[in-house]
Formats: sequence, C-alpha cells, structure tokens
Amino acid sequence: MKKEIIISGFGGQGGLAIGKNLAEAGMAEGMNVTWAPSYGPEMRGGTANCSVVLSDKPVGSPIFNHPTELIAMNEPSLEKFEAGVVPGGIVFVNSSVVTDKVSRPDLTAYYIPCAEIADEVGNPKVGNMVMLGAYVAATKVLKTETIEVMIHEMFTGAKAKLVPLNIEAFHRGMACIR
Amino acid sequence: MEKELWKGNEAIAEAAIRAGCDCFFGYPITPQSEVPEYLSLHMPQHGKTFVQAESEVAAINMVYGAAGSGMRAMTSSSSPGVSLKQEGITYLAGAELPAVIVNCMRGGPGLGTIQPAQGDYFQATRGGGNGDYRTVVLAPSNIQEAVDFVQEAFDIADQYRNPVVVLADGLIGQMMEPIEWHDVPKRKLPAKDWATTGRKGRDHHNIINSLYIDPNECDDFNAHLAKKYQLIKENEVRWDTKDTDDAELLITAYGTPARIVLTALEQLRAAGVKAGLFRPISLWPFPEKPLHDLAGQSHIKAILDVEMSIDGQMIDDVRLGVEGQKPISYLGHAGGVIPTVDEMVEAGKKALKEAE
Repeated sequence: MKKEIIISGFGGQGGLAIGKNLAEAGMAEGMNVTWAPSYGPEMRGGTANCSVVLSDKPVGSPIFNHPTELIAMNEPSLEKFEAGVVPGGIVFVNSSVVTDKVSRPDLTAYYIPCAEIADEVGNPKVGNMVMLGAYVAATKVLKTETIEVMIHEMFTGAKAKLVPLNIEAFHRGMACIR
Repeated sequence: MEKELWKGNEAIAEAAIRAGCDCFFGYPITPQSEVPEYLSLHMPQHGKTFVQAESEVAAINMVYGAAGSGMRAMTSSSSPGVSLKQEGITYLAGAELPAVIVNCMRGGPGLGTIQPAQGDYFQATRGGGNGDYRTVVLAPSNIQEAVDFVQEAFDIADQYRNPVVVLADGLIGQMMEPIEWHDVPKRKLPAKDWATTGRKGRDHHNIINSLYIDPNECDDFNAHLAKKYQLIKENEVRWDTKDTDDAELLITAYGTPARIVLTALEQLRAAGVKAGLFRPISLWPFPEKPLHDLAGQSHIKAILDVEMSIDGQMIDDVRLGVEGQKPISYLGHAGGVIPTVDEMVEAGKKALKEAE
C-alpha cells in the first residue's frame, strides 16, 4: 500500500493541516509517512500545497509528480495538479469554492461542499475536517477511530469543547461519499 | 520507542538541546528559520542561551567566543548566510575550537532561491575560508539522521576540537517525518582544559588564538592540524549502501536526492535493471576507499552521480574514489529544482546502455 497525496489550496483553507492530519493518523496506524510542504512566497496569499506519502514500506521520495489522490481546495489547485494524477486516481474537489469539474474521464471525482457543511455544523473553520472525512471514507486507508482519537488529542484543555464539532464535521464529510 | 512526527528544522533544534548545547547564536533565513525560532523559545526554558545576532557574521563570532570559554555552541543558517560565516569558521578551525554549524542548503549562487539545493558541497568540504583547514561534514538523508547527527556532531567537535558541519537542505528542514528520540551513543571526551574559564590557580593563562607571527611556528601548527585531520580520516568515515551486492548500475548521491534514489531503485529493479546506491554520509572525510572497492567489483558496469547541483560537486570526490575504474555520468538540477524519480530511472538506464 502506498498513497501519494497532494493537498492544495489557499493559505488558511487548512490544506496543510489536512496533510498533517493524514500523516499523524498514518503514523498512529504504524505506517511510514512523510509530509512535505511547498514553501515560499506563494504561501503569502496565494496557493500552497503539500505532498503526503502513506506507505507500508519506508518512504523514499517524499515528493512526486503523479499523486494517487488530489485534494483541490481551490480552482488553481485543480488546474495545476489534475493532469498529473495517476490514471484511475481520485480527485476531491472543494465545490464550495471550485466551480470547474474534473475533466479527465478516467479519474473518480468527489465534489465536497466543505464550506456549506462547515456552516451547517456551526463553524466555518472545520471545512478541512469535512474534506478529511471524505478522503478517509473514499480511500478506506485509515480507520475512523484513528481520526477520532487524533481529534481528541488535537483539542485538549480549553479547546476540548471543539472535539464534538470536529468529529461531526469529519462524519459529515464521510457521508458525502456514497 | 514511540514515534513522533517532527518538522526537520524543529527536530534539529530539539536535538541540539538534547545534546547539551549551551549557547545558540543565529540569524533567520529561509529555509532554516524554524531552528532559531524553536530555540528562542526552548533554550531559555532549559536555562541555556539563545541570541538572535545582528548578522550571520556576528553569530559565528559569538560561537567563537562561547566555544573558547568551553561552552557547547552552535549556529545554523542557509547557504548565503553560511557564506557570511566562512571567516568565522576558519578562525574556529585555526583556534581549534569545537562548534556545530548547520546548513540547510538552498539554491545559489548569491541570494539564489529559497528552495532546496546542494551547491554548497565544495564550500563545506573544501573550506570556504582561508588556510589549510578541514571541517567534518555530516550529510543527513532524512530527519532521523539529522537528529542523530546533530547530537553526535557536538561530541565529534569536542573530541577533535574542530568545527563540524551538518549539511542538510531545505527539504529536510521543511518536511515532517516520524522520528524516535533514541539515545545517541555518547563519546568519551577529553576535558576542556584549554578553555578560557579563568586562571584558577594555574601557572599560565589559556589563550585562544589563531595568530602565529613566526612562520616556523605556523608551519608546526599546520603540521599538528594535518595530523589531527589524518586521525579524523581514519576514524570518522561513514557511508551507507543499498542493493549493491549484484548491482550493475551504481548510483551515488547524498542527502535528499539519496532518499529519492531509493524510490528510483525500486522502479529500476521492477524494470529489470540491477541498480544500487552508494551514499556518502561523511562528505569530509569522504568514503573514498569503500567507493573505490565497490566500483572495482566486476558486476558494477556504470556509475551515475545525482546531486542538486548543476554540474555536480561531489562528483569530483566520486571520481577520486572510483579512479577511472568505471564510467561516471551525471544527473542534476540546481536552483531549487529537485531531480525526480523518472529522471533518475531514465538517466540510470542511459548510463548503463552507454557503458555497454
């Protein structure tokens, strides 16, 4: 098993955090993982992306041109990375922001209205958790419980009240995959 | 032992604290700024000293002062900043002061770019400053190694009274990976009876200096240094290999490209190409003899050197090691472009074809 995932979006959309969550959860399940961010001037207001590898073998290259899955949080991300996705790969599109559709017929596309669902759950900041839920449900590469435990560990002390909100957002994202 | 997910730069900083670093002096520069950022918070919490100096030149001279008084001292920077420190590094070598210098290399020359590169190999291994000096250079290929080497670098520096460079790159600094905080073997170290800590009843003052007015004295001192460097060459050579037992194609690489080669090896082997990796870990002293012996094996047909440098820098040492036994070809990018697995596979096949 080897997943090579690109997560890309505007700074502030939580794309890098989705990547970090995937890496943390993969590590918790005993996988070999890496998280490599794009870094540079594009992070200030523009599009930022990160590359995540989840593998049952030691990770060689932490960067790659052909992701098995693409998570596109904004329009430029879909434009930039769709062509490189492996044949038969999966593209997750944040349809709250992206109006374009995935053009390649060989790819499986999921359109996740992250912002609308986050608003329904009650906090616009949990849109990334919605997307994480969609990824986990579609790929089945990580266990639901692993993510739930991770969310509990992420929000402790005064922030512990955010746990139910994030878990709900995660499950709403999972429910988008049918 | 439990694995923890760490960002490279923060892990390097934490490793310095765990190695007993007393003083850190630095100046921010992408892509290593998380090193001073982390230490600015955590050094004071451990009762240690953190100073953001007014410049890289100031920082390396503060390292000189702290090291001279027997403190474990470190600085970190990225390529243009490390260039500024070169004068300080030759003074450290000339005064025989132990210190650790971390370089998260980025593209050059000049200001270059903030993306990962390996164009500072010559500077690190040949000495960017003046005079006949050497620094031990350790090149991590992943974050676990970065953490282990930073800790060991302090011991190596103290053992030989010599600056040690940990040569990483922007990707190692910026990426995250699980690591274990296992115990790094501690060395038996000589007492720092040379440090300027006050006379304390001795019949003489300790003096830290690199100035010899009498040329004969300077010559003698250089001979003394040469002996020390010889000792380091005998004791500190390190390298790693992967799948070399039956390899026809031998790839040489260090740091980030070396880990990318691991993926290329899988693809080459899947395509029926017997490929292996020779990875220098100590860039100085370079693992010349192990490479020479491996290149001499009859199953090795061709050698491909891969670096993040436009024409290659380590390739000079590879040539010195191989000594013409096998043809050597090169793949590289500079300016922050990282060689891809696809390029390595293609270049590897081509190198082998040309050799036949």
